[in-house]
Amino acid sequence: MTFAKHLKYNILFLFALVFFGNILAEKNNSKETEKEFNVSEMIMHHIKDAHEWHLWGPEHGGTSIYLPVILFDNGLKTFNSSNFYHGAIVEQKDSITGEVSEYYLGKGPAAGYALCHEEIYILHEGKLEFKEGHPHNVQPYDFSITKNVVSLFFGTFLVLVIMLSVASFYKKNGAVAPKGLAKFIEPLILLVQDEIAYTNINHNKYKKFVPFLLTVFFFIITNNLLGMIPLLPGGANLTGNITVTLFLATLTLLITVFSGNKNYWRHIFATPGVPIPILIIMVPIEIIGIFTKPIALMIRLFANITAGHIIILALISIIFINKSLAWGALSVPMALFISVLELLVAFLQAYLFTMLSALFIGAAVEEDHH
Amino acid sequence: MDLIKPDLGLLFWTGLVFCLLLFLLAKFAWKPILNAVNARGQKIQEALDLAEKTRAEMQLLQAENDKIIKEARAERDLIVKDAKETATKMIEDAKTKSKIEADKIVEGARTSILMEKNAAIAELKTQVAGISLSIAEKIVRQELSSDEKQKSLANKLADDVNMN
Repeated sequence: MTFAKHLKYNILFLFALVFFGNILAEKNNSKETEKEFNVSEMIMHHIKDAHEWHLWGPEHGGTSIYLPVILFDNGLKTFNSSNFYHGAIVEQKDSITGEVSEYYLGKGPAAGYALCHEEIYILHEGKLEFKEGHPHNVQPYDFSITKNVVSLFFGTFLVLVIMLSVASFYKKNGAVAPKGLAKFIEPLILLVQDEIAYTNINHNKYKKFVPFLLTVFFFIITNNLLGMIPLLPGGANLTGNITVTLFLATLTLLITVFSGNKNYWRHIFATPGVPIPILIIMVPIEIIGIFTKPIALMIRLFANITAGHIIILALISIIFINKSLAWGALSVPMALFISVLELLVAFLQAYLFTMLSALFIGAAVEEDHH
Repeated sequence: MDLIKPDLGLLFWTGLVFCLLLFLLAKFAWKPILNAVNARGQKIQEALDLAEKTRAEMQLLQAENDKIIKEARAERDLIVKDAKETATKMIEDAKTKSKIEADKIVEGARTSILMEKNAAIAELKTQVAGISLSIAEKIVRQELSSDEKQKSLANKLADDVNMN
């Protein structure tokens, strides 16, 4: 009874907050005529890679850590990205659609380059030429230490420190029951070795693939969880970046293809017991299948992690769209709920990626049963 | 579209860093960790096997002990029984022996009594014979004291001879 009563009051309180919040918001709206808050732009800005690590303040002129830019354009060129972000903001009309886009004009060592939507272009006659919303200028090879690269370094460093300290525990104490950090990490290692590798890959061959699967698992889970931290060492969307998932999926593909045995290739090119006319249809499908599996891996991880970031940012944005802190009573609990869910997803996606990689490798090294 | 466009720089750094990570972890982390964990697993399995074996051995030993105790008990019972029997027999023997001895003594006594009796009887007989003789002498003396009496006796004796 008391619970139901409390619930009723809680809901009433929530509605009241929202109601008064709206009134306050309307007041604010009438007073100020600042630039409208663009949710999709903000979200895209957060989930995409950048040449700076934005900490706080407005997008232009806020507090940021400016990261080094490394370009290959007739030789190596390195300079700080502040040469873009502190450079002039140029507005350029699209030559076809007439849309106005803006970009940073490089200054100092960055002269001759421009930064548009975090992509670096070589200026042509001192400007960028837009066609259908995109600059059509030549791009230099960009090997910059971007936000994602810094996050990658940090995540990798974290994994290394954790695993080496766990390894040193076992080196020091030998084959004993784990303590401290090892106690926490060991079940995960055993999960990968026993539940993922051993159950999916031929029992005589699984040992060879365990180091790869372990590294992938801990790389993904660490970076997934780092992405959940909104402050400096975390907050980048590394495992939700298509390039990273593309690389990881490519590794799985390469391992699958290069460790595939005779039995595996025979099942692709001459499935036993299938008549030749059907094989003509089957073989292309099987060949496509080799590639769709890692592509599915790539998209699954990318989409899940990016979606998680988008949902949390969108929920937080409710406050800024309505320009009222009262909306926080609604958006914060929801964002908290999604954040907790994302912790589960962070583990689940690392597990799934590793498990499916093991499954594909397992299929490639499976011995003939017929 | 930017979101699903792979980036060359990031691909390069990811590749480099991941391969380094894989190499370093495989060499300095996974190998010692997995070795230790698997060795421990094996050790635990061995310990379990040993415990199982020891238990079976213990059970066997227990059974053997029980058997030995049972045998010992049976032996003890046998020995006690034997001892009891021997004791009984010894008592029985002693009883028999003493009885024989007693019988012998009684027999000896009886014999000697008999001999004494016989001797006494013999002596008595001799004395009786002596007395009888003297009586007979006296009677004969009396019978032959007169001629008549001598004659009748002689006739009487002659009659006895004739009849034979």
